[in-house]
Order: sequence, then C-alpha cells, then structure tokens
Amino acid sequence: MRYSALSIFKNALGGNKDWQPVWREPEPKKKYDVIIAGGGGHGLATAYYLAHEFGVRNIGVIEKSYIGNGNIGRNTTIIRSNYLLEGNTPFYELSLKLWEGLEQDFNFNAMVSQRGVVNLVHTDGQRDAARRRGNAMRMHGVDAEYLDLKTIRDMLPFFDYSNARFPIMGGLIQRRGGTVRHDAVAWGFARGADSYGVDIIQNCEMTGVRREGSKITGVETSKGFIECDKLALSAAGHSSVVAEMAGIKLPIESHVLQAFVSEGLKPFIDTVVTYGAGHFYISQSDKGGLVFGGDIDGYNSYARRGNLATVEHVMEAGVAMIPALSRVKVLRSWGGIMDMSMDGSPIIDKAPLDNLYINAGWCYGGFKATPASGWCYAHLIAKDEPHPVAKFMRLDRFRRGYLIDERGAGAQPNLH
Amino acid sequence: MASLIECPHCGARPKEEFTVRGNVERQRPAPDADPDTWFDYVYLRDNPMGRISEHWHHTAGCRRWLIVERDNTDHTVFNVTDAMEAKSKS
Repeated sequence: MRYSALSIFKNALGGNKDWQPVWREPEPKKKYDVIIAGGGGHGLATAYYLAHEFGVRNIGVIEKSYIGNGNIGRNTTIIRSNYLLEGNTPFYELSLKLWEGLEQDFNFNAMVSQRGVVNLVHTDGQRDAARRRGNAMRMHGVDAEYLDLKTIRDMLPFFDYSNARFPIMGGLIQRRGGTVRHDAVAWGFARGADSYGVDIIQNCEMTGVRREGSKITGVETSKGFIECDKLALSAAGHSSVVAEMAGIKLPIESHVLQAFVSEGLKPFIDTVVTYGAGHFYISQSDKGGLVFGGDIDGYNSYARRGNLATVEHVMEAGVAMIPALSRVKVLRSWGGIMDMSMDGSPIIDKAPLDNLYINAGWCYGGFKATPASGWCYAHLIAKDEPHPVAKFMRLDRFRRGYLIDERGAGAQPNLH
Repeated sequence: MASLIECPHCGARPKEEFTVRGNVERQRPAPDADPDTWFDYVYLRDNPMGRISEHWHHTAGCRRWLIVERDNTDHTVFNVTDAMEAKSKS
C-alpha cells in the first residue's frame, strides 16, 4: 500500500482496519540469488537498492535479532558530508544527496531535518584545519561555511564563551547536514525492500558458511541451511565474527560506543554541534530530548553497554561546552558495537573469494552513510565492480598502503 | 568492563588508569620478518568474541604490564596477573 494523505483519509473512514504490516515475516526459501547477512540499516538499504535500482529481486536478508535492534536504532541520527579526503567526500556527499530524496523515493516519513552541523574551533590550528576542510568540501561541490564568533554566539547563545583554556573562536558549518529519525530509516528500507519481494528473515542467526574451494555455496543458520549465489556480509560490529566463518580475517576491532538522551526540554539547540576541545556532540530531538555522545570506551568489546568512566567524561565535556547542561537529567544511555577499521574509513569490497562481498569498518560513522553504503554495495554485488565514489574503500588498501586516513592517527582503531 | 581492575601490585584501581595494548597472542614480529607477517601484525585482528586475554599497562599506577583475562561480551574480569611473572612461569 502506498502511503499518502489519501490513504490516511480512506483508512480513517474504514476504522483503520485495513492497514497492512509494513513488511512480511516469511520463512526462508531454499535458495536466494543474494543473501545479505545482517538486517541493519546498511543491509536493508543494500537489499532495497539491489531490487529498486539494479533489478535483483531474489534476495534474502537474514537478521539474528529483530529489525532496528542493532546500530540503526542505537546511533545519534546525524547526517553530514563534511569530510576532507578524496576517498571519502564524494561518497558521503552521494549519501547526503540520497538522504535529501529518500522519503519520496521509499515513500516513508524518515523525518529528514537539514538543520545544519557545526564543528566548533578553539585554537588557531583548529581554525586553519576547519578552513582547509571547508575548502576541500567546496572543491568537491559540498556546502561549507566558516562562521565567526559573533555568528556562532547568536546561533548558540547558551554556550560558554568565557572559557579561558578552550575559547570558542568560530566554527565550520555544513547547513545541509542534520538529523534523521533513525528507526524510520530501518522501517522505510525494510518496507521498500519487502515491496519488491525481498525476504526479511528476523531471528535467524548465521552460524556458518558452506564453502567449496573459493566458492560459497550457502549459509548455515538457526533456521537451517540456505543456498545462495552471492553472499554479502553487512554485520557491523560483528563483521569479524561472520567473516571468520568464511575464513577471512579483517582489519577490524569491535569497540563499544555510548550515547545518551536527556529528559524532554523546550527548544534549546536547533542544530547539531560538535565540541572541538573534547569528545562531545549534541543535538535536540523533535521530542525535545537532548541527544549526545562522545568517544568510544577504548577497549575491545562486544557488550552493548559501556563504562561509567566514559559516561562521566562525556558529561564533563558537555557541561564544559554548555554549562546549563549541569541541571539537565539524563533519561537513558545505551551502547552499540562499532566495527573500528584500522584507518577509520569503511570497506565496501569483494572478498578474496569468488562470491563473497564485505561491507564493514564503519567505525562510528555508519548511520549517515546508510543510503550510499546500500547503493554502492548493491552496485558492487550486482555488477562485480566498485561504484566510482566507493572505489577507494577497498579491503586490500591496507596491504597496498593506500589508507584513507581521515584523522591521521595510524593503525590504532581506538584512536579514530 | 568492570570499573575496577584488580592490579596484583596496587590493588583495585579505576580502569581509566590503564592502557590497553590488545590480545596477548598478537606478538610483534622480528624486525626482518617478511612484509606479509608485518602486514598481518599491523593491520589484521582476530577480534575474538568471548573470553580473551589482553595486555594492559598500568600507566597511572605501577607502570607494569599486566595480563587481564576477561569476557568481552559481558565485561566480567576473571583474572589479572603480571605479564613478566606469567612469562617467567611458562
């Protein structure tokens, strides 16, 4: 059923009895052309674009839990394309362009809100780096603007402008950046994929891979063996676990990242802001809660909860930036497992096997990339060649020495 | 992660005092090892799920290298020993 004002009106007249489930809950078929391991945002977007853009319809998405329980429901909903390097900028800009047309495309209200993303700067060095990044973005056709202190002050009146150690000097803004209702992204892609006949199989854990030489023949799951022509991994924080089933060792470590939401407040911050002097970023949800987070906890983890020390650190950084936060109550905190790659950039590539594909290493930037990741991964799976904007995101770039080292931190995943 | 790590030298200390190196099994190769071995060491990770042994450095304490045995799915810490002592025993 296509959603529209008319459909709401008609269903209201009929007592709202005719609404259909947003997607089916099928049993797995014996065989699929493509199996996508992982029903998160990226897996569902891949299934959607494979069916919608590349004409592949016989697809099974297997998910060990339920749709929306993974990182697609655990992020801080920010979208942006303010990247510096050639290997990243065009990719994230494609993603932002897809976000801009997404709701019309998949006929679902994802509440895309282009409220702007501000990166504050506190030193001359940070200002120069921000201007350089802004110029690099503009040379790639991405919007960027450097804001002076007065403009920032008018825009964000509640911030601490008298901090002697880390004075706010200005900031780089990408006005087309913003936030999206994250769950709706999962539901919208799931519904869109389902409408093309893609089977979304929830509570179906992948337990093994059947391999004949260098060819994958299918996957073992908790719902039995399923045969496939192509296997596409999209398992985020558990990428190493599923890749190991296929005998592949990845340049990835799993780390926990926490996020927080406060009690609902009146309108307070109408953009997304990152603090340049500490690990902290914040936005306000449409419901009024302040959504914020910081850095990863710093040790390898598969547990979806973090440590109190990091909670404390995030709160301290937040209060240093916005003193008024000290009176705000935190409502909830949660953790998600990040697939931290060795250079901080993702991998969308064929594995060194005949019919295995890998989408991993999103670190904590996976949400904003969801549509472009799906699009480029679908392109790779359907055509067996990388999409032009994802051509640098190769698995073998570490061996060849072509890292996409956005942060310049080297092969230390806990520093990205 | 438990908030406290039971250092064999200093007692129970907050985990922020420690620096994590990574899995005990991941050992630095010889300087003249071939590029494949070095690539494997620098970039690839087993990234195991479950019970693991890691090298932790008590940076803000006794500055000894420790072996922390823990479960990375539920944050239980089973055992903390001095890495040098563990080496001399084996």
